[in-house]
Amino acid sequence: MKSYVLPELEVIRDQARCIRCRVCERQCAWKVHVYDGEDDVMRHCEENCVGCQRCAVFCPTKALAVRPYSGSYRPNANWTDDRIRDLIKQSEAGGVMLTGMGCDKPHRVYWDHLLLNASQVTNPSIDPLREPMELTTYLGAKPERVDLRDGELATELAPQVRIEIPILFSAISYGAISYQAQEALMRAASELGTLCNTGEGGWPASLRKYADNTVVQCASGRFGVDREYLNLAKIVEIKIGQGAKPGIGGHLPGEKVTEAISKTRMIPEGTDALSPAPHHDIYSIEDLAQLVCALKEATDYKKPISVKIAAVHNSAAIASGVVRAGADIIAIDGIRGGTGAAPKIIRDNVGIPIELALAAVDDRLRREGIRNRCSVIAAGGFRNSGDVTKALALGADAVYIGTPALMAMGCTLCQKCYTGICNWGICTQDPYLSKRINPDIAARRLVNLLRGWSLEIKEMLGGLGVNAVESLRGNRLHLRGIALQEWELEVLGVRGAGN
Amino acid sequence: MSHTSRARDTDTRTRTIDAMGMRDRAMNSLLRSMVSEGASRIRLVNVFGQRYIATNLAGRVEIDIEGTPGNDLGAFMDGPTVTVHGNVQDGCGNTMNSGAIIVHGRAGDIAGLSMRGGSMLIRDDIGYRGAIHMKAYGDQTPLLVVGGTAQDFFGEYMAGGTAVLLGLTGKPHRARFIGTGMHGGVIYVRGEVQSYQLGKEVAVLQPDAEDLALIEEAVSAYAGCFSASAREILSARFVKLSPVSTRPYGTLYTY
Amino acid sequence: MKDISRINNPYDDDKLTACCSIFGMMSVERRTFSGSDIMTAIASMHDRGNGLGGGFAVYGLYPEYADHYAMHIMFTHSAARQQVEDFLSDGLVIAKSERVPTRSVQAVTDSPDIWRYFVSVKPSKSEAAGEDDYVVRQVMTINTTLDGAYVFSSGKNLGVFKGVGFPEDIGRFFCLDEYEGYLWTAHGRFPTNSQAWWGGAHPFSILDWTVVHNGEISSYGTNRRYLEMFGYTCTMHTDTEVIAYGVDLLVRRHSLPVELLARVLSPPMWTVLSYMEPSERELCQTLRQVYGSLLMNGPFTVIIAHQNEMIGLTDRVRLRPLVAGVKKDMLYLSSEESAIRLICPDLSESWSPMGGEAVIGRVGQPLVPTQSLAAA
Repeated sequence: MKSYVLPELEVIRDQARCIRCRVCERQCAWKVHVYDGEDDVMRHCEENCVGCQRCAVFCPTKALAVRPYSGSYRPNANWTDDRIRDLIKQSEAGGVMLTGMGCDKPHRVYWDHLLLNASQVTNPSIDPLREPMELTTYLGAKPERVDLRDGELATELAPQVRIEIPILFSAISYGAISYQAQEALMRAASELGTLCNTGEGGWPASLRKYADNTVVQCASGRFGVDREYLNLAKIVEIKIGQGAKPGIGGHLPGEKVTEAISKTRMIPEGTDALSPAPHHDIYSIEDLAQLVCALKEATDYKKPISVKIAAVHNSAAIASGVVRAGADIIAIDGIRGGTGAAPKIIRDNVGIPIELALAAVDDRLRREGIRNRCSVIAAGGFRNSGDVTKALALGADAVYIGTPALMAMGCTLCQKCYTGICNWGICTQDPYLSKRINPDIAARRLVNLLRGWSLEIKEMLGGLGVNAVESLRGNRLHLRGIALQEWELEVLGVRGAGN
Repeated sequence: MSHTSRARDTDTRTRTIDAMGMRDRAMNSLLRSMVSEGASRIRLVNVFGQRYIATNLAGRVEIDIEGTPGNDLGAFMDGPTVTVHGNVQDGCGNTMNSGAIIVHGRAGDIAGLSMRGGSMLIRDDIGYRGAIHMKAYGDQTPLLVVGGTAQDFFGEYMAGGTAVLLGLTGKPHRARFIGTGMHGGVIYVRGEVQSYQLGKEVAVLQPDAEDLALIEEAVSAYAGCFSASAREILSARFVKLSPVSTRPYGTLYTY
Repeated sequence: MKDISRINNPYDDDKLTACCSIFGMMSVERRTFSGSDIMTAIASMHDRGNGLGGGFAVYGLYPEYADHYAMHIMFTHSAARQQVEDFLSDGLVIAKSERVPTRSVQAVTDSPDIWRYFVSVKPSKSEAAGEDDYVVRQVMTINTTLDGAYVFSSGKNLGVFKGVGFPEDIGRFFCLDEYEGYLWTAHGRFPTNSQAWWGGAHPFSILDWTVVHNGEISSYGTNRRYLEMFGYTCTMHTDTEVIAYGVDLLVRRHSLPVELLARVLSPPMWTVLSYMEPSERELCQTLRQVYGSLLMNGPFTVIIAHQNEMIGLTDRVRLRPLVAGVKKDMLYLSSEESAIRLICPDLSESWSPMGGEAVIGRVGQPLVPTQSLAAA
C-alpha cells in the first residue's frame, strides 16, 4: 500500500562542505544516507529518518542538518500534524501504534512552576564548597522511635541502604537497552555510591560484580528471578506499574530476544518476552502484602523491599495501602517516565505528572501518620538538578532518573526504541550498533552528569540555609508556585510566589 | 579619621572612661572625641558588652580595656593598639586595616574576619571561623596569633596573611575544616593536626627557613605580650598549612 | 473558634523569625535567688532585641503549690476569663486563683489581664488519659478555641512571664525581683514583623518544658510536618514551638535521655561517625536515621529547661553564639559572655561549647570544674 504520510523530518546537506567521507552512511542504521558512486555524491531518503542526529553530530565537516520537515499540513489547532500522521499511519498498518521514551505532549510541567527559596539576613546561606553539606540518604523503613535499654541501643532498624546522593538510575531492562549501556549505568552507580535498577530484564551474570549498587526488579514476568538474583542485590523491587504505561504489561519483541537476552531472562531465544499487566498473584492489596512478605522471607529480612507504582488518580490511597502492606520503599513513576516500548495512546493519555502524585502521596502518608514507614522515591521526567531539588522539597527521599541517564550516553529522544534500531547503541541488541557504547566513556559521562547535579543540589541546599538533605525533605515552605491555579497550589501544598 | 599625624601635641596622660551603665554609642563617641582632642592613652574600665569599641579609629592611640568588651571590637580599625584585660566576644578585629589588638584571655567567633593588616594576639583559645577571609594587599600582611587552639573553620577562605595556633593551653587541636576554601596566606600550627581535620584546599608542609623566620617573629610578639618563653615555644614542632592552588575551583563550572 | 495563627502571625508569613538574646542561670544545689541578676544580664544585651518581646521562665517559684500545675493565663477581655475558668473547672480542681501581681512600668503598655491558677487533675480525667496529656490537651483547647485567652505556661512549680516590651521592662512589670527560683531563663526578642501580641513573646512552654531560642531554623517546614504526624499542632508558627514539641516528643513520650537530645537536634556529620567507637557510631546513626526529620538546620542557640535541668545547645556548625560560665553551684548560659560577667565577674570557668555539644546543668550534679573546647 502506498503510504500517504508526509515525512516527519528532512535532511539538509551543504554540498560544499560534504567531503563524501560516508561517515553518515556508516553511522545510520536506518539507511537514510547512501553514497552514489557514479555521481560521487551523497544522497538521502528522508522517509527513513528518525531524527536521532547521529549523522549531524558525527559529520566531520558539519555539513548536515536534520530538522522537522519544512512542509506541513494546513494549520489546524485540533488536527495537529502529528495527529494527522498518526491517523494515516494507523490506517495503513492497523494495530496498536508503538512509541518509545516519555510522554512528549504539552501536559503542564509543574517543575517549571515551582520556585525555590534562598536564605537572607535572618538566616545565613551555607557555602557548600567550604562548609559541610550532606546528601547522604538512607532508604528503608524507619521506626517511630528509638528505644534504649540501660543506656544501650535496643531498637533494631529494618534494613537500610545508604546512598551518597539522592539520585538513583531508574529501572531500564537489559533487552530494552544494550549490555554496554547497562554496564555503563552500573559502573557509574558504583562510582557515585548510588544504585542502579536492573529493570525487569534480569541481571546478566557478568554484571553481578556491581551487586552492592544494584536494585533488582521482581516484575510480572519474573524474568531472571532466582535465589541468587534476590540475595545478591541491595534492594528488591516489586514492579506493579510504570509511569509511561500504567495498567498495561510489557512486550519485548522476539527479534530483540537474542541468545544473551534469552540467558539473562531465562526464556527461549527468539520468543516474545511478555510481561503481563498485573502480577498474576496480585489481584488485591492483601496479595501484595503476601508477595512483599514472601520476598522478605526469601531474602532473610535483610533487604528493603520496594514497590514501584505508576502515578494515577488514586496514588495516595494506593500508596497508603502499599506502605501498610509492608513495603520499605515506595517508588512512584509519573506520566513522563520513559519506556522502551509502549502504545503511544497510553503513554500520552494515561497517568498523571509525578509532581502532583508525589505531593499527594507524601501528604496522605503524613496525615495517616505512616510517612516514616517507607522511603519515597519519585520518578518520571526529571530533567535537571532543579527538578530534583524541588522533588525533595515536595517530599521525596530520592529520585530515579532514566531519560537523563540515557541522554548522557547519547540518546536524543527519537522515540524509536521499540524498533531495536538505535544509532547511538543504547536501545538495541544489534552488536554492530551496541558496540558504539564504550562503557568506560559512557560511565564517565554519567558520572560527570551526576557530579554536576550533586554540586548544583548542594548549592541550592546551601542557599536555603540547610546543610543536610533531611532538612529539605518535605519542606514545602521552601517552595512557591508561579502561574498556577488555586487547586494546583492546594494539591502541591505550596503557596503562590509573593505570598 | 585622617591618617596623617596631628599637628597639635599629643596628650600623654592616661585618660579614663568608666563605662559602667554607658551605652555603646555614648561611650564610643566619648572615646572618639578624646582621641580627636589628642589623647594618646585611654583606659576603659567596667566594660560589659559595649560594642564597636575603637571602631574606625585611626592613629597612634593606646586603648586599655578592663572588662568584657562586646562584639566588633576594633572593627575597621586603622592604627591604634587595643589591649584587653579579659575575654573578647565575636568579630574582634573585623576588617581591621592596621594597628594591634592584644587580648589577655579568649576570643569568640570570627576573630580577624577579613583582616587586612595589623596584628591580633590572643593569649588563650578562640572560637569558630577565626581568620575567615583574612587578606593581604601590597605590603600589608595581617597577623593573628592564638596562644591556645581554635574551633572549627579556622582560616576559612583565607586569601592572605598569617595565622598561627600555638596550642599552649594544653588542649589538643580539635578544629575541623581548617583552611577550607583557603586560597592565599599561610597557617602555622604548633602541635598535631590530622589530615581529616583539614579542608581539601590545604596541604600540610614542613616549614622552610623563611617560614621559620616568620614563626619566630610571631612567637616573639606573643611571648613579649604574655610573658611566655619564646624559646620554649619554638622548641616544639610546627607544621605549615598552605593552599594548594590560588584557583581551587577551576574545574567546578561547565561553560 | 479562633485562629491563633492569625493573631500571632498577622501577615501570614510561613513562620515568624525572631533574632534575639537569651540567658539562663541555675543553681545545681537548688538554691533560690531573685530575678534581679537575670534582668540585669538580659538588659545588657538590649541591642540584640528591639523591644517587641521579652520574657522569663522561673522554676521553683511556687513551693507551696509545688505539686499543682501552675497555669499562667492572659486574658484580653473579662468575659474570656469567665469562659476559661468554667472550662478549666470541668476536669481540674482549682486550688487557688489570683491575678499575677504587676507594677506600672512606663514602657509596658496595653497589657492584658494575667492570672494564675494552681490546679490538679480530677481523678476521672486522669484515669482516662495520663494527667500530663490531659493538661496538654486542655491547654491546646484554650489556646486554639477560646477567644481572648492564651496560656503562657502550665508546668508544676514553674511560671512563664512574658509580653511586649524589652525583657528588663517586662521583668520589672511582673515584679520578678520579688520572686525566688533556682532556675531562670530569659529572652529578648527582635522579630522581623511588628506585632503586639503578648502571647507571641518567648519563652514557649509545654508542661514543664520551656524553650528560649536565638536563630532561625531552615528545616522548620520539615520538622513541623514530622511533629504533626505525632499529633502536635504548630499554631504559633515559630521555631521555638517546634523545638519545644520536639523535646517533648523525644524526652517525655519516647523516653530518650536528655544527653541524647543534642544527637538528634544537632547530629554530628556522617563523616564524623566513621571516627567513633562502633557502639556509639551505631547509636548516632540509628538516631539520625529515625529522627532525621527533627534535625534542626540553620543557625540556633537554645536554652531548654525543665524541672531540675537546664540545657544549652547550638547548631552543628555553631552559627549562633553560646557562652557557658560556672562559679561554685551556679551555671550560666548566655548569648554573650559580657552579660554573665556583669553579674558574676569572677567565674571559675567560662567557655564556648562546640556546635552540637550540649551543656547540661542538673540539680544534684556538681558542675565539673574544668570544661574546655576539648571536653568530650
